[in-house]
Amino acid sequence: MRILDGGLVTTVQDTGRYGHYHIGMPPSGAMDQYAHKVGNWLVGNDESDATLEMTYMGADVEFESDTVFAVTGADMEPKLEDEPIPTWTAVRAEAGDTLSFEFATEGVRSYLAVAGGVDIEPVMGSRATYTLIGIGGHEGRSLEAGDELPIGEPSADADAMVGASVDEANRPDYSRTEISVVMGLCDYRLTDDGRERFLDADWNVSDEADRVGYRFEGPDITDMFEEREQPFGAGTDVTNVVDLGYPVGSIQMAGQPIILMRDAVTGGGYVTVGTVVSPDRDALAQCRTHSTVDFNAVDVEDALEIRQDRDARLETVQNSLEDATQ
Amino acid sequence: MSDGTITRQELPSPRYEYGGDDWVFVELAEAMSFDANFKAQAITQEIRQNSLEGLIEVAPSNASYLIQFDPDVLHPDELIEELRSLEDEIDVSDYQWEARVFDIPVLYDDPWTRDTLMDFRERHQDPDATDLEYSAELNGFDSVEAFIDHHAGAPHMVTMIGFVPGLPFCFQMVPRDEQIEVPKYEQPRTATPSRAIGFGGAFTAIYPVPGAGGYQLYGRTPVEVLDVDQELSAFEESMVLPNPGDILNFRQIDREEYDEIREAVEDGTYEYNYEQVEFEPQAFFEDPRGYNEQLLEVLD
Repeated sequence: MRILDGGLVTTVQDTGRYGHYHIGMPPSGAMDQYAHKVGNWLVGNDESDATLEMTYMGADVEFESDTVFAVTGADMEPKLEDEPIPTWTAVRAEAGDTLSFEFATEGVRSYLAVAGGVDIEPVMGSRATYTLIGIGGHEGRSLEAGDELPIGEPSADADAMVGASVDEANRPDYSRTEISVVMGLCDYRLTDDGRERFLDADWNVSDEADRVGYRFEGPDITDMFEEREQPFGAGTDVTNVVDLGYPVGSIQMAGQPIILMRDAVTGGGYVTVGTVVSPDRDALAQCRTHSTVDFNAVDVEDALEIRQDRDARLETVQNSLEDATQ
Repeated sequence: MSDGTITRQELPSPRYEYGGDDWVFVELAEAMSFDANFKAQAITQEIRQNSLEGLIEVAPSNASYLIQFDPDVLHPDELIEELRSLEDEIDVSDYQWEARVFDIPVLYDDPWTRDTLMDFRERHQDPDATDLEYSAELNGFDSVEAFIDHHAGAPHMVTMIGFVPGLPFCFQMVPRDEQIEVPKYEQPRTATPSRAIGFGGAFTAIYPVPGAGGYQLYGRTPVEVLDVDQELSAFEESMVLPNPGDILNFRQIDREEYDEIREAVEDGTYEYNYEQVEFEPQAFFEDPRGYNEQLLEVLD
C-alpha cells in the first residue's frame, strides 16, 4: 500500500504495547479500539492486526494489489476511484485503485483496515506508533506521501467478507458527549463544593487534544481544592502531589483538566481526580475540539457494567461478521 | 539536628482507589519517604512474582503504585484484597534487592540549560536569579558551589520511572533535614534540552528527550538514559538505563570531560561505569553516610 498524501495525522496503530508502564512507556495503539477491532474483523483479520488511524482529514492511499479493506470510525466520506463507498463495510479494491477521504463530518478518527493487516516489524510486542520517542509503526512517525507499507497475508475468509457490514445499531454515535468517570485517585484533594462544580461544569475540548491527552477549557480549577500544608516532596502549588503514576484515562488537574489518552505521560506531579471508564475513552477519542463534554460520575460496579455492555456489543458484531463467511 | 540516621516514617493506612474499570491506584503516603518508596517497590515486586492472573501493568512510583488489570479475569476488589494482604506481610527492613550503582557525570550550570532557563524567566518564581542561585538560597546554602557539592555529594535512589520512557525520578540518599526541596516552575516551560538535570519537589529528574518541563534546571549529563536503538552496550537488555531501585551518583565534571564523554556516546563506544550491589535498607537506614561510601566504592 502506498501513501499518496498523509492527511493531517495518520499513524499505524493496533491494540497496544503492554507491560512497560513501569519504565514510562504508554500503551499507544488505536485511540478508538472499538472501531479498530471491528475494522479488522470486517476484513477477516485478528483484532490485534495493525490498521491506519487517520485524524480529522484522512490520507490518500493507493492499493498495490487486489485487496479487501474497510473504513470504520469517524465518517470522512471515503471514495474509491472517486466513487463514494460505504463505511463499516468490507469493500474490494483492485491493484492500482486509489482511496481518498474528506474532512470528518462527525467524530475525529477513522480506521483503515486492510485484509492481512499492515505488516511491519513489531517493537516490544506491538506495531503501534509512538511518535514521542519514534518507535513502532512506519519509522516511528506519522505517514507521509511516498511511504510504502507492506501488507500481510490475508486470511482465507477475507474474500468472503466483501459486502459484509455492521448493523446501524452497532455503529457508535459519535455525537455523544456524555463521558462516564469513576471519581477517585487523589480526589480527596477536592472540596465537596469543588467536586460538585467540577462535575457540573461544561468542559470544552481545547485545541490541545491529541494522542497524549485532551486538555479542557472551563471554570477556574484552583479554588476547587482543599488548602493544606503541602507534604514533603510535593511542591508548593495546591494542585501538586508527590509525583505519582497516571492511569490511561485519568483526569489530571494541571491548570486545566487534562484527560490522558493512549500516548499518555505515565506519571507526574499534578493531582489526579478520577478516571474515564475504558469504553468511554474510545468515545472521548471521537470528541472534536470545541465540543462540550459532560462528565458523569459512576461507581466501579457501573463502570464494570459499561465495560460488559461494550464487550457484549463487540461479541455480537464479531459473531455476525463470522456468520458472513459461512 | 539529625543524628545522621534515616528517621523511619510511620505510614498512614494506604488509600486503595479504583481507576475506572481497569486500574487500581494505591497511595501509601502523601509525603515522600524511603519507607513509602521501599514499600511500593516491595509490594510491586511481590505482586509480579505472584503472577496473579489478569495483571497488565505493575508500576511503582515515589510514594504510591499503579496497577492495570483485565477485569474480565480479575475483579478490582479481588486485586485490592490481595494487595492489602501483601501490605500487611511486607516489612521493608527485611526487604533487599539487587540494585545497580551508576556513575552519572554532570556538567552543572552548563550553557544549554542556562540558555533555556533564561528564555523562561517570566515563568519562574525569581526572574532575577538562575535556577541554581534560587535553589541554593532557598535551601540555605552560601553559594551555588556549595549547593552543587551537596547535590553531587551523596547518591540518589531511583524511586520512579515515568512521565516519558526512561525518565528517572531520584531521591537523595540522605536524612530528611539534609534533603533539598524546591518548588516547580510557576508555569511549566515549553522546552527543556535532552539530558537536562532538573529538580522539583524533592526529586532530581533526567530528561531523556527534549520537551516540556517544570523542574528547576541545574545541569546536563553527556550520557543517555534512553537509547531507543539500543546501540550503547549498557542498553543491551532494555532501551532505558536505570530501573526503579537503582542508584545514581551525580559526579561534577568540567566541559572538557563532558565533550570527551559526549563524543564517545555519539560514537556508540561509551562504556557506562556501573556495578551491581545487594541493597539492604536496614543497613542504609542505620548509617546512610557510611553505607553510601561503601556503595560508591564499587565505582572505583
